[in-house]
Amino acid sequence: MELLCPAGNLPALKTAIDNGADAVYIGMKDDTNARHFAGLNFNDGKLLKAADYVHQHGKKLHVAINTFAHPNGESRWQKAVDNAVAIGTDALIIADLGVLDYAANKYPDVERHVSVQASTTNLEAIKFFKNNFDVQRVVLPRVLSIQQVRQLAKNSPVDLEVFAFGSLCIMAEGRCYLSSYMTGESPNTVGACSPAKYVRWQETENGLESRLNDVLIDRYQEGENAGYPTLCKGRFEVDNNVYHALEEPTSLNTLELIPDLADMGIVSVKIEGRQRSPAYVEQVAKTWRQAIDHYKSSPDNYEVEGRWMQTLANLSEGTQTTLGAYHRKWQ
Amino acid sequence: MKFSLGPSLFFWPKKQVEDFYYKAVNSSADIIYLGETVCSKRRELRGKDWLNLATNMAQELTADNSVKDKEIVISTMALLESPAEIQVMKRLCDNGELLIEANDLSAVQIMHELKMPFVVGPAINCYNLSTLKVLLKQGMTRWTMPVELSGDWLKNLLQQAEQENIRDQFECEVFSWGYLPLAYSARCFTARSEDRPKDDCQYCCINYPLGRKMNSREGEKVFILNGIQTMSGYQYNLINEIPELDKLGVDIARISADSEQAFTQLTNFRQQLDTPARYTLDGVKECNGFWHQIAGMSVA
Repeated sequence: MELLCPAGNLPALKTAIDNGADAVYIGMKDDTNARHFAGLNFNDGKLLKAADYVHQHGKKLHVAINTFAHPNGESRWQKAVDNAVAIGTDALIIADLGVLDYAANKYPDVERHVSVQASTTNLEAIKFFKNNFDVQRVVLPRVLSIQQVRQLAKNSPVDLEVFAFGSLCIMAEGRCYLSSYMTGESPNTVGACSPAKYVRWQETENGLESRLNDVLIDRYQEGENAGYPTLCKGRFEVDNNVYHALEEPTSLNTLELIPDLADMGIVSVKIEGRQRSPAYVEQVAKTWRQAIDHYKSSPDNYEVEGRWMQTLANLSEGTQTTLGAYHRKWQ
Repeated sequence: MKFSLGPSLFFWPKKQVEDFYYKAVNSSADIIYLGETVCSKRRELRGKDWLNLATNMAQELTADNSVKDKEIVISTMALLESPAEIQVMKRLCDNGELLIEANDLSAVQIMHELKMPFVVGPAINCYNLSTLKVLLKQGMTRWTMPVELSGDWLKNLLQQAEQENIRDQFECEVFSWGYLPLAYSARCFTARSEDRPKDDCQYCCINYPLGRKMNSREGEKVFILNGIQTMSGYQYNLINEIPELDKLGVDIARISADSEQAFTQLTNFRQQLDTPARYTLDGVKECNGFWHQIAGMSVA
């Protein structure tokens, strides 16, 4: 089972490799990937250095081209595919059907993975991607229970990758327009959810307020932990009841599922967080490496260690973690 | 330009659904979509009931010689997670008579295997010409634009389709009125709002015929909770843009089946073609931002 780590820049990429990642995924410095944030990602020169470093260490590089191509800019997405292939990427992670079609026709020998943004949640949809674009792998959205993942793994004609740790997207990825509804920009169209330029913090007599494009997302009292106002993680009012109506600030953590995931033949566990610091990548990669190695060395005696959970909780939103949709009760 | 009645996205008692579609068949809608698109646990009408209802409506239309060119379409689910859900959908797809609206690529796959034409619904991400071509090859005959896209986006895309001589291979439909379907989740937010797990939801969506309002703490109607679906808090309204849609070559404007208000809107929207009037949108109830490439919830 491959440990696939995120990198938003070269230092994070090196850190990931140095701390046990089997593969690293990165994006380019434009809107062709779903972490299109200022100061993040790889230009052509950095891309080449990234590939060199990864390959010198005998590891793999995946390039995410996982937003949806604009009608007057399809060539930008195609060029991203060309660039990734030129530097020798080991896999392309793609969401857009048109971009997948381009990659499959032009570079049939370069591995294609269906991005989580393509929202592939069932066997027939997996068949669609296999039949049309001969993909080698599908990244499953974070909406399936562990039983549903197991059932898919049993029947899937292609390899499956799942999200193992990181910020929890609670909607079927690629099918959420909440961000563009509030700001005009979404992961699909510009590669960012709840973009930072729309965020405003304000100290008021009611407490510290966070706003996204002027809409009040949350209000914090003295001593409360204030988090980034991702719009689905704020507190809203439903019939006079104020609560986290969609989800609390929390991160996904599936350390305890490692034996299940390995048993069902999941080929890769993915860590979220290309927008996070090299320090985050270091801690997560190291912890997950230990956990996977621990499991491999003695599958029957695998137990999640308290210190791993503590380390990961400290890196999590609201310092809390959840099994998310893998666990029916969360749903 | 034609006008369609989109599938009702809410969970209503069986009698209400039947009454609604009895009225729909006699309404001015050229195309009527129906079927469960949100949650497989909503079983006031099961798959075969939807099929029966749709078939009866189609027969009624055929029997009535005064009605020409009306079409009934079966809409399918957007988020399918279990083999059981796929089975139900396969039976709908293989009905042998009525057109199918695919809202997930699984439905596209099934229709392709059946070698049957299909409509691509708003829940499938088709953002560009290459994707249109992929879907055309699968058997798509009508494309509904994803709701977050704008008039400019559509104009570009349709121009490209013209240039490549494929524009006549599909009809183009635009979601034009109603609460917008914005997101799908594993979690049921209506059950959560009643502090229940999804597995013990007690089908509580039925208590909220227009979903549950989720407001900001300043009272702004931000979203609507509709089971596993999150919708816009304001009703999308492109009534002022209808002449523009027509000029762009949009074939169908979709009026969502929020309530019986939809029937009035069907009439009002159609009037915009012959005698366009300027409507003032209510900024705390309505929006048209997506079309104008600004925040979806705003009014341009």
